[in-house]
Amino acid sequence: MRREGSPWTGLWAVVMKELADHLSSVRMQLLEGLIFLTALGATYGAVRQLKASVAEDPYLYLKLFTTAQDPLPSFVAFLGFFLPLAAIALGFDSINGEHNRHTLSRVLSQPIYRDALLLGKFLAAMFTLGVSLLALWLLVTGMGLLVLGVVPGVEEVARGLLFLLTAWAYAGIWLALAIALSVIFRQTATSALAAIAVWLFFAIFWDMVVQVISAAAVPAYSGSPSETLAHIRLSLFLSRLSPNTLFAEIVLALLNPAVRSLGPIFITQLEGAVLGTPLPVGQSLLLAWPQFTGLVAGLLLLFAGSYVLFQRQEVRA
Amino acid sequence: MTTVIETQDLTKHYGPVVAVEGLNLTLSRGEVFGLLGPNGSGKTTTILMLLGLTDPTRGSVRVLGHDPSRNPLQVKRRVGYLPDSVGFYDELTAQENLRYTARLNGFPRAETEGRIAEVLTRVGLSKVLDRRTGAFSRGMRQRLGLAEVLLKRPEIAILDEPTAGLDPEAAMEFLSLIRELRTQDITVLLSSHLLHQVQAVCDRVGLFRQGKMVLEGTFESLADRVLGGAYRIRVEVLRPDGVEPVLRGIPGVRNLVEERPGSFTLEAQADCRAEVARRVVGKGADLVNLTLERPSLDEVYTRYFQEVGRET
Repeated sequence: MRREGSPWTGLWAVVMKELADHLSSVRMQLLEGLIFLTALGATYGAVRQLKASVAEDPYLYLKLFTTAQDPLPSFVAFLGFFLPLAAIALGFDSINGEHNRHTLSRVLSQPIYRDALLLGKFLAAMFTLGVSLLALWLLVTGMGLLVLGVVPGVEEVARGLLFLLTAWAYAGIWLALAIALSVIFRQTATSALAAIAVWLFFAIFWDMVVQVISAAAVPAYSGSPSETLAHIRLSLFLSRLSPNTLFAEIVLALLNPAVRSLGPIFITQLEGAVLGTPLPVGQSLLLAWPQFTGLVAGLLLLFAGSYVLFQRQEVRA
Repeated sequence: MTTVIETQDLTKHYGPVVAVEGLNLTLSRGEVFGLLGPNGSGKTTTILMLLGLTDPTRGSVRVLGHDPSRNPLQVKRRVGYLPDSVGFYDELTAQENLRYTARLNGFPRAETEGRIAEVLTRVGLSKVLDRRTGAFSRGMRQRLGLAEVLLKRPEIAILDEPTAGLDPEAAMEFLSLIRELRTQDITVLLSSHLLHQVQAVCDRVGLFRQGKMVLEGTFESLADRVLGGAYRIRVEVLRPDGVEPVLRGIPGVRNLVEERPGSFTLEAQADCRAEVARRVVGKGADLVNLTLERPSLDEVYTRYFQEVGRET
C-alpha cells in the first residue's frame, strides 16, 4: 500500500530538537571532557616522543596522530577505543527511551512518519559526533602546530581530513548499532549493555575467535606456502568483519604513506617498487577503499535493519 | 450532520489474538462519543487504527474523508490525540514541549508563540509555562496533553483514558475542559472505564467487549435496553398490604422488586411517580418516600457484563 505525503515531513524539527538535547546533555559533556583529556594526553606524549627522536621525517604532522609513548597510547588508538563508547552513549536510548517516557505515541500522532523520527535521531547524533570529532581534530592539529612548529603540507592535511571522515564513519557504525538495539530492546539499560557487550566482543574477543576459527578451518601444519597463505587469508577475512579492524586498516593506510599493502603480498608484486617511499594520497585512499566501503556498508545495513524493525513495531507500550 | 469518522467491519488481529472484530462506528461532527469497556477490550487499538498508527487487518476506516493508513499525515494534521498516560520530555519546559509539537506540525514560526500562550491559558497552565514538565503532577500533564491537542486546532480530539489516575477535583476540571470543546464544534472521541464521567460528558456511548462493540447508542437507550427501563422509582410505604399488585399494574412498569417489606423499587419507561402516589394513597397505605433515581451508567455496565457472564 502506498503512503501519501513525504516521509521527511518534520525531519528537520526532529533533528533540531535531538541536536539541542545532545549538545546540552550531561553525558555529552562528560564524553567531551573525556575525549578532550585523552587528546591532550596523547598529543603531549606524541610531541615528547617526536621531539626526542625525530631527525628527518617528511610526515611529522601525521606522526602526531599515530605516535605513542608509554604509558599513553596514540591518539588513533584512543579514538578507536572511545568513539564506539561515545556513539553508543548517544544512541542507546533513542527509541526505547521514547517508549519509556510515554512520548512515542504522542510524537507519532503528530503529522510525521516514523521515518522522520528515526532518521532525525540518527542524523542529529551523527552531526553531534561530527562536531566533536572536528573540534578534537582541530585541537590536536593546533596543539601540534604550536608545539612542533611545523606547518603541514596539503597532502598531509588531505590525509588528516580523510582520517577524520573515517573516524566519523566508524563512530556512525556504532551509533547505528546502538539505535538498532534501542529499537529491539524495551529497556534502555538492556540496550546499553547489549551495545557495550558487542563493542567488548569486537574489541577483545574477536581476535581470539578469529585465531581459533582459522586454525580449525585451515590448519597450517605442513608449513607449505599455499596453506599458510590460505590460513592468513581466512583470518584476515574474518577479522575484517569487525569494524575495529576496518578502522585500524584504513587509518594505517591513510596516516602512513609508506604502507603499500593491507594483506599478504608476494615478492613478485614488489618488483620495481622502491620500498619505504611514500604513496600519493590518492593511492593510499585506493588501498583502503574496500575497507572504507565496508565500514559505510555496515553502517547502512545496521541503520536499514533498525528502520525495518521500527516500521513494524507496535506503538503501544 | 456530516460524518467525520466512519469504520466498516474494522478488524485487528495480533497473531491469534483478536483485538478488534468487525467494528462499525460512525461519528458526526460536533458529537462527544464515549468508548467504554474493560481494559484490553480493544479501545486503544481502535484509536490507533483511526490515527493510522497501526494498520487494520481487515475493513476500512475513513477519518475526515481520508484513509489513515494511506494518508496518515492529512489525518494527523487535523486530529488531536491525547494518549493513555501521556508523557513529555521531562528536561524541557511546558512551553518547549509544545514548541516541539508546533515544529513537527510545521506551524509558521510567527504564529507559534501566540498559539502556545493561548492554549496554555485555556487549560490553566499559563503560570507554569517555563517550568520543566518533570516536576508536573499527573493532572498537570493531562492538561498539558490537552493543550497539545488544542494547539493543532483539531477537528477531532481523541482522548484515551483522559481522567484515569486523576483525583476527583482534577477530573472534574478536566471534564469541564472537555465540555468546552463541544462548544467549538470539535468532535470528541473519549475512551474510559470511569463511567460516571463518561455519562457526564458524552452524547453517545459504545460498549466494548472482547474486541466487539456490543452496545451502542445514547445513554437512555442503553439503560432502556439493558436495565429494562431508564426510570427507577423508589417507593416506601407503611402498612404495605396489597400495595404490590397495585404498583405492578401501573402502565409502563417493567419490573418491581420489594427489597424490604414496604420498600419497593420500580423500573419504568416513564416517570410515573404521580400515578404511584395516587394508587398507594388510594389503597389506604401511607406513602413515606417517593424518589426518582436515574440509573447510572455503572449499573448499565455492571448489569450488562453480569448478563453476558451468565450466558457464557
